[in-house]
Amino acid sequence: MSSHLINWFRFASPASFFPLAGRIARWFAVPAGLLGAAGLWLGLVVAPTDAQQGDAYRIIFIHVPAAWMSMFIYLVMAGWCAMSLTFNARLSAMMAQALAPTGALFTLIALCTGALWGRPAWGTYWAWDARMTSELILLFLYLGFLALRQAIEDPRRADRASAVLALVGAVNVPIIYFSVRWWNTLHQGASVSLTAAPKMAAIMLMAMLLMTFAAWFYAIAVTMVRARAIILERERRTAWAGTLAGVVQ
Amino acid sequence: MSMAEFFAMGGYGFYVWGAYGVTAVLLALEIVAVRARYRAARRAAQLRETTG
Repeated sequence: MSSHLINWFRFASPASFFPLAGRIARWFAVPAGLLGAAGLWLGLVVAPTDAQQGDAYRIIFIHVPAAWMSMFIYLVMAGWCAMSLTFNARLSAMMAQALAPTGALFTLIALCTGALWGRPAWGTYWAWDARMTSELILLFLYLGFLALRQAIEDPRRADRASAVLALVGAVNVPIIYFSVRWWNTLHQGASVSLTAAPKMAAIMLMAMLLMTFAAWFYAIAVTMVRARAIILERERRTAWAGTLAGVVQ
Repeated sequence: MSMAEFFAMGGYGFYVWGAYGVTAVLLALEIVAVRARYRAARRAAQLRETTG
């Protein structure tokens, strides 16, 4: 009965995941570009000027997707870390390792675009309010995760130590998300919530969602390529890694 | 809307294009870096294969 089902556990081994990751990267890279182009066109050309903020509000189309990705990638990374600690699984740790730089990048983008939006909107590039400070801490968590890995020579020990750091740091994600509700922040409240009707025009929401999907697809594609690099880096002593490197693009 | 108006972004051109520009540069750098890392890892693994 189950003989024709895919054996998903097969992909828990780096050797069989390697070609799959290559296919996933290709599947997601092109849609990422198309979604991004559509989102940019809607957001920069089609969407009307905001009555209160003028055209400065258009930063929202990168700022909000980047901020969502920065938190979401961290949670996925912490999830892989929990898997790697629980099952002592090599590939789970490699996935966390592959996600961290992209997560850090989206955090940096959220901070930079936030500063460039804060200046025209609030008159300042930066304030030590709860939302911005906790997002900055998220960047340091990503960088700390990567630095800790770099500092430990044995990859399996680096997996365990960095996984503990990532899991402890995960407490920061709900703090970022709820900071605008828990504290009186300069930063505005949530732009989109699952429980309330969106506070923005449909065309703006559409542009933001397109940019969010583009960021998702981009993150998946770039993480898969990095995961392949990490697999080769860590498994190159094995015969299959050399063979794969020779035959697979 | 003229081209000049589009680039002026109602006087917020510096902030809007600054934000989109920073993002484009960072994403481009990541793509270049990750491809270079993959190619280097592949070369190292192949070297291993051919030299035993």
